[in-house]
Amino acid sequence: MVRFNVFLLLAAVICALSVVTTQHKARKLFQALEGEQERAKQLDVEYDQLQIELSTWATSPRIEKIAREKLRMYTPEPSHIVTAAAGVPTQ
Amino acid sequence: MMNFNGSRGHKFAESPILKLRLPAWRSRLMALLILSCFAVLIGRSFYLQVLNNEFLQEKGESRYRRDLEISASRGRIADRNGDVLAVSTPMKSVWAIPADARLTPDQTKELAAILEMNIKELSRKLASDKSFVYLQRQLPPQVGERVAALKLPGIGQDKEYRRFYPSGEMTAHMVGFTGVDDKGLEGVELAYQSQLLGHAGSRSVIKDRRGQIVEDVGSIKPPQDGKDIRLALDSKIQYLAYSQLKQAVTDFKAKAGGAVVIDARTGEILALANWPTYNPNNRETLSGAQLRNRAVTDTFEPGSTLKPFTVAQALESGKVNFDTVINCAPGRMTIGTATISDAHPHGDLTVAQVIQKSSNVGAAKIAATLAPEQMWDMFEAVGFGQISHLGFPGEVSGRLRPWKTWRPIEQATMAYGHGISVSLMQLARAYTVFAREGDMIPLTLTKLDAAPLIAKPVFSQQTVREMRTMLEMAVQEGGTAPKAQIPGYRVAGKTGTAYKLEGGQYVKKYVASFVGFAPVSDPRLIVAVMIDEPGSGQHYGGDVAGPVFANVMSGALRTLGVAPDSTIRADGKVPAMQVAQSAAHSPSVVKEEL
Repeated sequence: MVRFNVFLLLAAVICALSVVTTQHKARKLFQALEGEQERAKQLDVEYDQLQIELSTWATSPRIEKIAREKLRMYTPEPSHIVTAAAGVPTQ
Repeated sequence: MMNFNGSRGHKFAESPILKLRLPAWRSRLMALLILSCFAVLIGRSFYLQVLNNEFLQEKGESRYRRDLEISASRGRIADRNGDVLAVSTPMKSVWAIPADARLTPDQTKELAAILEMNIKELSRKLASDKSFVYLQRQLPPQVGERVAALKLPGIGQDKEYRRFYPSGEMTAHMVGFTGVDDKGLEGVELAYQSQLLGHAGSRSVIKDRRGQIVEDVGSIKPPQDGKDIRLALDSKIQYLAYSQLKQAVTDFKAKAGGAVVIDARTGEILALANWPTYNPNNRETLSGAQLRNRAVTDTFEPGSTLKPFTVAQALESGKVNFDTVINCAPGRMTIGTATISDAHPHGDLTVAQVIQKSSNVGAAKIAATLAPEQMWDMFEAVGFGQISHLGFPGEVSGRLRPWKTWRPIEQATMAYGHGISVSLMQLARAYTVFAREGDMIPLTLTKLDAAPLIAKPVFSQQTVREMRTMLEMAVQEGGTAPKAQIPGYRVAGKTGTAYKLEGGQYVKKYVASFVGFAPVSDPRLIVAVMIDEPGSGQHYGGDVAGPVFANVMSGALRTLGVAPDSTIRADGKVPAMQVAQSAAHSPSVVKEEL
C-alpha cells in the first residue's frame, strides 16, 4: 500500500513538472511566433517603401532623360522599321 | 442589586450569569443578529461572485490582459503593368507631454538633431503649458527608432499612415488623393473608396511583467487590408499624354487643356491628363483650377468634331451617299434670322469632302435631311447628354436638349457641334463607334481581363467603313489636319475649332480639339485632345491639337507594339498601292477572310 502511494506521489510530481515545462516551452514558441510575425510586418513595410523608391526612380520623365541624353537613344525613322508579320513570307 | 464580589466564592464550573435567569429572548436575539450578519456577508459575496461578476472580472483581467488593435493598410493603386501609383506606408509621429519631459540641454540638442528641428523651436514646444504637443509628424520609421533609442522621459510616438504618389502630378487627376482618416477626396481614391479602405482588426493578449505577449485570449479579429486597385491606365502612355499636353498648352499660351486615350477594343481608359495640374504629395498651395479634372467635369461646345456623327446618321438612313454632291457655295447660309458660315468658302463638295474640309454649311444641309428625333436618338446612343458613370466626382452629362424643343437653326448648328455641350471623355467615347464596328461599349477605369460583352450597335459596318475613309481624308493633304499624320500608320480623325460661349454670347475665344483613332486598318486606340483658349495666334484644331494627337498616338502605338499599317516614302507621301497591300496583310483583314 505504501509503495503504491509513493508511486502515485511520484507520478503526480512528474506530471506537475511536465506541465510547467510544457507551458514554458509553449510560451517560448509563442514569443518566437510573435517575433516572426512582427518581422513579416516589418518586411511588408519595407517592401512598400522599396516600391515607392522604385516608382520614384522609374518615373517616365527620368527614364526618357537618361535614354535620350546618356544612352543617346532615339525613336527610329519609319523607313528603318521592318515589320515581321507572323505567317506572311517577307520578300 | 447584584453582588458579584460577595464574601462567598463560587465554583469554576458555575456561572453567576446563569443564576441571573435572564429572559431567553435576549440570547435568541443575539444569535439572530449574528446570523443575519453572516447572511448579509454571504449575500454580498454571492452578488459579487455570481450575479454581478463582470466588474471585478474586468478589473482582474485588466491587470494582465491587453486589447491590441491590429492596423490594416489602405489598398494600393497600380497601373495596368503593376507600377505603383499610390501606396500607404506607416510613419511615426513624435509627441511630448511637456510636464514630464524634463530634458537636459544635451538631450534636447540630440533630439533636435534627430528630428531635424531648430533647438529653439523644440525648447519652445517642450516649455509650452499644454498637456500634449506633437513635436514632429510623418517621420520615417528609422527616425522613430532613433528617437525611441534615446529613452527620453515624456516623449512618445504614434503610428500613422501616409499615402505616397510616386508619379506625382502626372497622374494627379486620375488617382486623386486622400484626406485625413484615409478618406478619398478626389479621383480614383474617392471613386473606389469603399474597396480601398482597410478595416482594423483586434486581439486580446496576456502580457507578462516585461510587457511581452505571452498568450492570446479570446478570439482574434483579423484585420482586413484594403483591396488593391489595378487601373487600366498605362504609365507610359499617360506620360506621353501629360508631357505633350503640357508642352502644347505652354507653346500656344493656352488657358487649359485635356487629353484622353481609350483602348477601342476594351473601352479601357489608358490615359487621362489635364493641365493645369498639381502635386498630390504636396497640396499646400492648391487652387480650384488645378484640381479640376477637366476631361470629365468640364463641358464645352465641341464644334466640328461632332460633324461625323451627323453625316454618319445621314449615311445610315440613306439620305446621302459617300459621294453625293452638296452645294456649299457661297460659304454662307441663312436659316430664319441666323447665318451659318464656313471659315473658308467652298463650292460644290461631296459628302466626304464636307468632312475632309469641315464645312459648316455642308453639315447643316446634310442635317436638314434628318428628322430632329433621329438626330437626338443618335446623339443619345453615342453617349451625349448622359453621365458616363465612371465614378469620378463631378462627372457631368453635358447638355443635349430634348428634340421636341429644337428650332431649325438649332438642328443646323448642332450638326456642326454648337448648341450642344459635351465633356472630352464623352467625345472620346463617342468616337469608339467609328473605331469599332459601329457599336458602343462602356468605358472603364480599371483593367479588364476580357473585352466587355455588352456592345450596343449604333451604325452599320458599311457606314463605319465610309466614315473611316472620310476621317482619314481629313488628316491627309487637302484635309483640315495634315499635322495629325503619323509616319508609318494610317490615321483618321476630325478637328474641332469652336467659339466659346460667355454669358450667352459667342466671343472670339476658341476651344481647339482633335479626336482620332489609329491604325485605320484595325483601330486600336482613340486619342482626344482639347486645348482651351489657345492665345498665340493659332487657334485651329488641326494646328493646335493635331500635333499633340500625332505625338501621343505615335508614342502610344509604339508602346503597345502595334504593327505599322502604311509605308511612308521619303517625301512623306503614302503610295496608294502599298496602303492596299499592307491592309491586306493586317491581321484584321486576314481574320475577316477566315
